[in-house]
Amino acid sequence: MCLGVPGRIMEVSPAGADKREATAAVDFQGSRVEVSLSLVPEAKAGDWVLVHAGYALTLLPEDEAAETWRWLELAEVKQEIDRGRP
Amino acid sequence: MESLKKKPPAGLPPPAEDQCILLAHGGGGELTRRLLQQHILPKLANPLLDPLTDAAVLPAMHGQVCFSTDTFVVQPLFFPGGDIGRLAVCGTVNDVAVMGAEVQALSLGLVLEEGLPLSVLDKVMASIAAAAREAGVPIVTGDTKVVERRRGDGLIISTAGVGRRLDGVELGPWRIKAGDKVIVSGGLAEHGLAVMSAREGLGFDTSIKSDAAPLNGLVLAALGAGAGLKFMRDPTRGGLAGLLADLSEETGLGLEIEEDALPLTPAVRAASEMLGLDPLSIANEGKLVLVASPDSAERVLQLCHQHPLGRRAAVVGAFVEAAPPLVELITRAGGRRIVLRPYGEELPRIC
Amino acid sequence: MSQESREVAQLANDLHRVCREAGPMSVMEVCGTHTVSLFRTGIKAFLPESFRLVSGPGCPVCVTAQGYIDAALDLCARGDVTVASYGDMLKVPGQKGSLESQRANGAKVLVCYSVRDALKHALEHPHEQVVFLAVGFETTAPATAAVVLEAERLGVGNFSLLLGHKLVMPAVEALLAANDVPLDGFLLPGHVSVIIGSHAYEPVAARFGKAGVVTGFEPAQMLRGLVRLAELVAIRRAAIENVYQVAVGAAGNRVAQALLQKVLTPADAEWRALGTIPLSGLALREPWARFDAAARYGLTFGADYDPPGCRCGEVIQGKALPQDCPHFAKGCTPRRPIGPCMVSSEGTCAAWFKYGRNFRHVAPPPVPAA
Repeated sequence: MCLGVPGRIMEVSPAGADKREATAAVDFQGSRVEVSLSLVPEAKAGDWVLVHAGYALTLLPEDEAAETWRWLELAEVKQEIDRGRP
Repeated sequence: MESLKKKPPAGLPPPAEDQCILLAHGGGGELTRRLLQQHILPKLANPLLDPLTDAAVLPAMHGQVCFSTDTFVVQPLFFPGGDIGRLAVCGTVNDVAVMGAEVQALSLGLVLEEGLPLSVLDKVMASIAAAAREAGVPIVTGDTKVVERRRGDGLIISTAGVGRRLDGVELGPWRIKAGDKVIVSGGLAEHGLAVMSAREGLGFDTSIKSDAAPLNGLVLAALGAGAGLKFMRDPTRGGLAGLLADLSEETGLGLEIEEDALPLTPAVRAASEMLGLDPLSIANEGKLVLVASPDSAERVLQLCHQHPLGRRAAVVGAFVEAAPPLVELITRAGGRRIVLRPYGEELPRIC
Repeated sequence: MSQESREVAQLANDLHRVCREAGPMSVMEVCGTHTVSLFRTGIKAFLPESFRLVSGPGCPVCVTAQGYIDAALDLCARGDVTVASYGDMLKVPGQKGSLESQRANGAKVLVCYSVRDALKHALEHPHEQVVFLAVGFETTAPATAAVVLEAERLGVGNFSLLLGHKLVMPAVEALLAANDVPLDGFLLPGHVSVIIGSHAYEPVAARFGKAGVVTGFEPAQMLRGLVRLAELVAIRRAAIENVYQVAVGAAGNRVAQALLQKVLTPADAEWRALGTIPLSGLALREPWARFDAAARYGLTFGADYDPPGCRCGEVIQGKALPQDCPHFAKGCTPRRPIGPCMVSSEGTCAAWFKYGRNFRHVAPPPVPAA
């Protein structure tokens, strides 16, 4: 019932400024979404978070989070190799 | 005592008809003439259009003539990598080109909504002109109408295109046999995601740009492969899944597609995951699907790679005998699943 | 072969071995996303045929009673309200069509990726009354709590929510108590568990003697969860385990739980076909009652009903398969759905329509030689 996707926090806008909640600009391999940090207030720039419907749900350990996207890079590399074949 | 004199306003605003479209612009009178002369015709100028006769006169075309039309209602009008104008030119150029034709000319029909800022019209016209130049296809005739303000869509465009089919070209689903290879000319799902990223309620910044592009050059390049190239089509609405579902029906054959072979950039895969969408079902506007005999697939691929729009072309699968004929995806996990034609709008979801 | 493919092959073969030794078993996929992900990643095709997966009530759209849907459509039809919603709800049919058809008739309907987009719209359009359809399980409910506090801080007066959140555990307990469908264990929802924690399932395991494994959604991860679940069932151990430890802890997300407890309170809720389950939904607490759209617009939820012949109710309980419904793939398709199990992208009927017809089992990928 739940799509949750790992992304990396590029920058944090702390809470308090004009009464708004803390948010983060989260990167998903080239797409940036503004995500609420209300549920993970301790998150900081460079952290990986699991994002669902515009909210970070939890911090993720970097290795595993980055691993989720590893297959994207592998697919890219494999395709480059395939294209390079004479 | 304070002066009761009020300061005069800095200046009166410019006349409305110089700012945005009014119903009067569609009246056929002076404003219509001005609209055409100042905002529409200059960017499109070419010898076939300039006489401005009721109909354009084209040079004689020998052989089979291919003729197509399409209407463009995309919202928002502007999105990363393109706009409605570019789409309108490329969409029709591509529909004619994939028949194996040299595209000769386009018509342009504009429906302008009252209230559309002229600055928006100018941007769209510049885009149309640029796309037509890129394609090497002139716009030779057109029409402009104005409608009352409705939903604030602003602008609807209709284009038609005509081209001469190259001699000896035989492309069609009837040529396809089991074993034939399916080639995709480059990265999928870029257009649909770019448009979505510009929509309210879903807005996100992305490096993904619409791939809208005129494919007539790539088509001509691929035709160099000769008789081994059996079929071409561009996967627009409904994405690759829609196109393959159609082909499966038209040929009575099944298809096996390798998920790992699909050209999908990391940005596209990630954005699709984030929104809960299937990249196979997302629209493209600058891609070709080509079907080639097993012997010709390498050559077709080579020809694509040599063209700027085909650098990421890849063989993604093949036709197979199957009862019932279905499109099956061999997934990256090594399993299988069926690919169906998508049922309408792709919407982001939480589940 | 990639690391992931290697793992997948190994785990798939492990599952086959466990199932050969232990015999047939039935487990419930509580979460609709698991149902769909197993199909979509192609894994379902190589699971052992004796390992039966039964769909559960974990599709927020599917379990939303018709009364809620009709209330939402009434809001649309008023003409003076902008109804904002997650995309999942757009095509669900009710007495007055669907959000999609209402939009075609001129109603203001805004599809949002996040409830924050709806609040943003309300801020940018102060003369519009915006109502957000707050559906979803515990994964999504904290967002509702957070956005209500945000709206309060910013003094937004033109924003309210039609509460339709559901809690997973009460529904699972109700199904187990009804004991209509024989089940050996549960594949537990990964992202609900991020919020509530894996310990939350312990009482159910103890009370009903069933095993459950908290699992994520990537191919290797899902297989890991299924293998562990099969092993627990095979040794008859009614334990709760967690293979999604990168995201799920025993206690869950305390900050999210605190927000939920502060702003929302468990309330009786009506579920499609399951009837009213006590304390299985969420209501706004008194200090934030003004954000409750039902109160603001005087809405009552009518009695639940299934369209004639529709068996969605039985399907979400695992009592019937989609193919058992007379409408399946005939009068009821994703393009022209009759019930929400077909509309929702992770409804069981939609999943079976898309992937389950002409479904065939294949052998699991071979494990590469070491």
